[in-house]
Amino acid sequence: MSDEVIKNIIVREDEDYIINMGPQHPSTHGVLRLEVCLNGETVNYLTPHIGYIHRSIEKMCESDTYKQIIHLSDRMDYLSSHMNNEAICLAVENALEVEVPLRVKYIRVALDELSRIASHHLWWSAFGMDLGALTAFFYGMRDREKILAIFEESFGSRLLHSFNTPGGLMHDVHPNFQKHIMEFVHYFRKKLPEYKQLLTDNVIFHNRTKGIGNMTRETAIAFGVTGPSGRGSGFSCDVRKTAPYGLYDEIKFNEILHDKGDSFARYLVRMEEMEESLNILEYVADNIPEGDFTAKMKPIVKLPEGEYFQRVETARGELSVYIVSDGKKFPYRIKFRSPNFSNLFVLNTLAKGGLIADLVAISGSLDLVIPDIDR
Amino acid sequence: MNSIIEYFTDIYKGVSSLWAGMRVTGRYFVSPGEIVTEQYPENRATLKMEERFKGEVVMPHDENNQHLCTGCGICELNCPNGSIEIITKKVPNEEGKMVRVIDEHIYHLSMCTFCELCIKTCPSNAIEWGQDFEHAVFDRSKLDKVLNKPGSSLKKKEAKS
Repeated sequence: MSDEVIKNIIVREDEDYIINMGPQHPSTHGVLRLEVCLNGETVNYLTPHIGYIHRSIEKMCESDTYKQIIHLSDRMDYLSSHMNNEAICLAVENALEVEVPLRVKYIRVALDELSRIASHHLWWSAFGMDLGALTAFFYGMRDREKILAIFEESFGSRLLHSFNTPGGLMHDVHPNFQKHIMEFVHYFRKKLPEYKQLLTDNVIFHNRTKGIGNMTRETAIAFGVTGPSGRGSGFSCDVRKTAPYGLYDEIKFNEILHDKGDSFARYLVRMEEMEESLNILEYVADNIPEGDFTAKMKPIVKLPEGEYFQRVETARGELSVYIVSDGKKFPYRIKFRSPNFSNLFVLNTLAKGGLIADLVAISGSLDLVIPDIDR
Repeated sequence: MNSIIEYFTDIYKGVSSLWAGMRVTGRYFVSPGEIVTEQYPENRATLKMEERFKGEVVMPHDENNQHLCTGCGICELNCPNGSIEIITKKVPNEEGKMVRVIDEHIYHLSMCTFCELCIKTCPSNAIEWGQDFEHAVFDRSKLDKVLNKPGSSLKKKEAKS
């Protein structure tokens, strides 16, 4: 083992003062247990304990057909369920060499960006609440409700919409889909300055986040931190740019990068990403072409023997799906590389030597979703 | 001297950012504009769910207590969680032949994950989404529902013209 790895191995001493943060602590946003070793108020080290919400989704996938897997992938990262669905659908479509209609590609991009904004809304609300600004919670939730109304109108559900299916969509979107997206874009552009006044420019918020949880670019790459958390450290890791899928190579948008690497930089990346998503939405909603909502598929999907791989960018980072098929209607093995799993384990490096109050700010800025860690 | 200037600039910045935030909340306090909260359960009478809302799986019956389910079992096969169970029986038809019809279409709401595969794959469009969403009960066994009404029968297909 290299010296770098040995340095990071944690050995618990008998006289260490240990407290448990979680699994029912409100600021861990789920059933995550952090075993924190304290010296006064300073964090010496922490060990994350996972597995409280493990449902063995990967194993369950081995006894489900490719169409049935979709609804399981919803339940990993429930805030970007649409992107999780899309990862599996794209992997299956690439394996079968099916070309999906252009309309489906446009709708998928629109739903990706809507989910991304809705997810960042919830993160913004919860992050403010973690740091003691309860007002932010209500303002974020108010705007998230508008997106959930669009989802409910088209898919009938607000959070877990198994709307994708290999080859296209379950059914066509509601006729008012485009109109309501444009309404939301205009509405949210007007409301974004409020976010700035309430939290971004607030001095107390600056003091809680600036210079807290510094992550260098090297650390981000070493731990595989992706998504807005990695881009806050100047690590260019947006899969939409590096390995474009769907329609993303045709759409013009900027990858948001900040190189400070502290909690505030990660905050700014997400805030600017919301504006960027609005630009994408505006372009896409104007241009959705007419056409079929699904390609022609056989009733029972069977992948040819081989290995298939697909990466997508969820709201929290890179999700990869790796499918091994032995030619039957069930996959032989499915592996998900979930973004939150990698993002969680950088927490020890970031929180070491800081105050326990800052641990809340750091874990909030990493935007962890626990069901995605355990799967 | 510098520290004194810094001290007062900090106070000024703190008060001005506090004022910026309070202005937003104060404006909504005085003139809320659009009211976003819903008065559930008081508004039950006027509350209308979306047309595509996934409440539960139901089987529509017409005025003669007839449904469209042939008991083929495709929905049972496609359900990833085993929340649908179909029990069939054999009854004689008008010509005296024994034919297979459904006895009970059992739907376990407690196991359903609302993936829509049963409704999507049904060849005779016999089941659809219901709008009811108030599923809270005191006993789990109440969530096992029989979708076909007692005494119901299969609707005859209209003769092809």
